[in-house]
Formats: sequence, C-alpha cells, structure tokens
Amino acid sequence: MIVIAGLNGSVDELVGIESEPVVKKIEKRSIKRFADAIGDRNPLFTNEILARNGPYGGLVAPPTFLRSIIPNPLPIKIGHPYTAKLDGGSEWEYFEPVRPGDLISHFEKIVEVYKRDGRLGNMLFVIREGCYINQFETLVVLERSTGIYYRPTEDDRP
Amino acid sequence: MSNQLYFEDVKIGTELPTLEKTPTTQQLVMYAGASGDFYQIHYDQDFARDNGLPNVIIHGALKNAFLGQLLTDWIGQRGSIKKLAVEYRGMDMPGSKVYCRGLVTSKKIEDEIGIVECEIWLEDVSGKKTTPGKAIVALPLR
Repeated sequence: MIVIAGLNGSVDELVGIESEPVVKKIEKRSIKRFADAIGDRNPLFTNEILARNGPYGGLVAPPTFLRSIIPNPLPIKIGHPYTAKLDGGSEWEYFEPVRPGDLISHFEKIVEVYKRDGRLGNMLFVIREGCYINQFETLVVLERSTGIYYRPTEDDRP
Repeated sequence: MSNQLYFEDVKIGTELPTLEKTPTTQQLVMYAGASGDFYQIHYDQDFARDNGLPNVIIHGALKNAFLGQLLTDWIGQRGSIKKLAVEYRGMDMPGSKVYCRGLVTSKKIEDEIGIVECEIWLEDVSGKKTTPGKAIVALPLR
C-alpha cells in the first residue's frame, strides 16, 4: 500500500501500479437496466427481436456501459490534503462490440500523475488506463480516465 | 427502423441533432444503481456540501452516457463509434435541462469506411459547455 500523505510528497511512484483484474459476465438485464437509467431506448440495446435483425445479429451494450464493471481498487491510498475526489473525464476507444454473454475481464493501470493548481485549489491528477478484454482474449475497449483529488474547503467551492 | 446516416450525408460543419435531457435526482439514483457508482456526492446533499460542492451533482459518467447516445442516435445502426472523449470541466445539477450537441470537424475515407470526426459537448441552460469532448465515428458509404 502506498500512501501519498502530503502536498510535497513524490507521486511518480504511483505510475505503473495496476489493479487486480475482475471478471464479469455481461447480462442482458444489466444492459437493459443501464439503458433505462441513461434514458436510451435504442433497440440495439433494449429490443432483442429488432436487434437480431440489426448489424450485430443481437443486442449490444451502449458505449459507456462498461462503466458498470467496477474495477478492483488500485493498491494505493491518497490522503491529506487530497481527501475529496472528482471524475475528470474519460477517453474511450472501441475495437469490438460488447454483447450479452461476454465474459469481460477488466483492470486499471496508472499511466500518468501530476499536480496542478486550479479552481479547486491544488489538485492531484491521476490518469488511469482501463482495459476491457473479452473471453476470446480480445481487447474490446480501452478507457483512459482522469481522477482529480482535491482538498475540500468552503473557499474552494466552484 | 431509423433512417441510416451515410458518410456522404455529412459535411464539415454539419450539426448533430441535439439530444435534450432533464436529469432528475431519481435518474441519478437509477444511474448509481445501474453503474455501481455509489459515490455520495450524487445523492447525499450533506455529503456533497461537506465536499465543497453546492449541491448533489450529475455523475460525469452519466453526461458521458448522454453524449454516447447523441452519437448512437445520429450514426444509426450501421454506424459505429471509434473514439469518444469527454472532459468534465463544469458541474451540472439535477433538475434542469442539459443539451448534447455536436459538429462535424473532418471526414475522410479509410479502407472503404467513412471516418468522421466531431466536436461534441453538453451545455447547460445558460449555454455553458460544461462537458466538452471529441468523437470519431465510422459511417457506411452509399
């Protein structure tokens, strides 16, 4: 376990740290539940009969559905003063469709870390690369995400 | 089924049809359940305030999902997304409308597939682009 305790601590040692993979079976009902939650009625995600006649020959998952595979925690702890966290964004790259019945293995790796001053004060940016690999050992999706850690104070309210 | 969009139908500067959403706190709870993201800043007002936020805020990933739908609604069944990048620069609160929009910035043919790049963004009712992004989609040729 690596602890980043303060403002002046080195953060470079975080780069390269990976989470243990999780494996999840993609269920039709989780795709439907996700599509319902985001308010997307695209038949490719929700209507098995219509989707069967579509280009994929069956249902597929919406573009950001893989967010529902929660990775194992990275073996790090980010502490004072960065006790609050925000999601800074994601970059998705798509290689293959994700279908019900797929067994998706997912892990994350820290690829970049830096500090920057901004509207929430001094912030720590942790860039993670998430791999999603199916049962055929094919990389189906790559997701690069930015986590922003900051110190919550009244004055820093956006 | 919906009309298919073809590569030849888009030009640089073509606007994507706007997708309008009005996320409620109920939708945030549904999204938390469906995505497994139970970070309390999205449903616990006291927790959000203790973390320096004015109120509960919309999950960035939910706005990302809306921008994904902007694209899949536009490109039709035979189109596919190659890349989708979003940045959560501003926060959005539940209870008011948000608009997903986009603009074609470049197009080319690669291996007999139409490749189209777009600027995409989500804006609030005041027109502020809280969630800018970029996308690359593949479209069939006529």
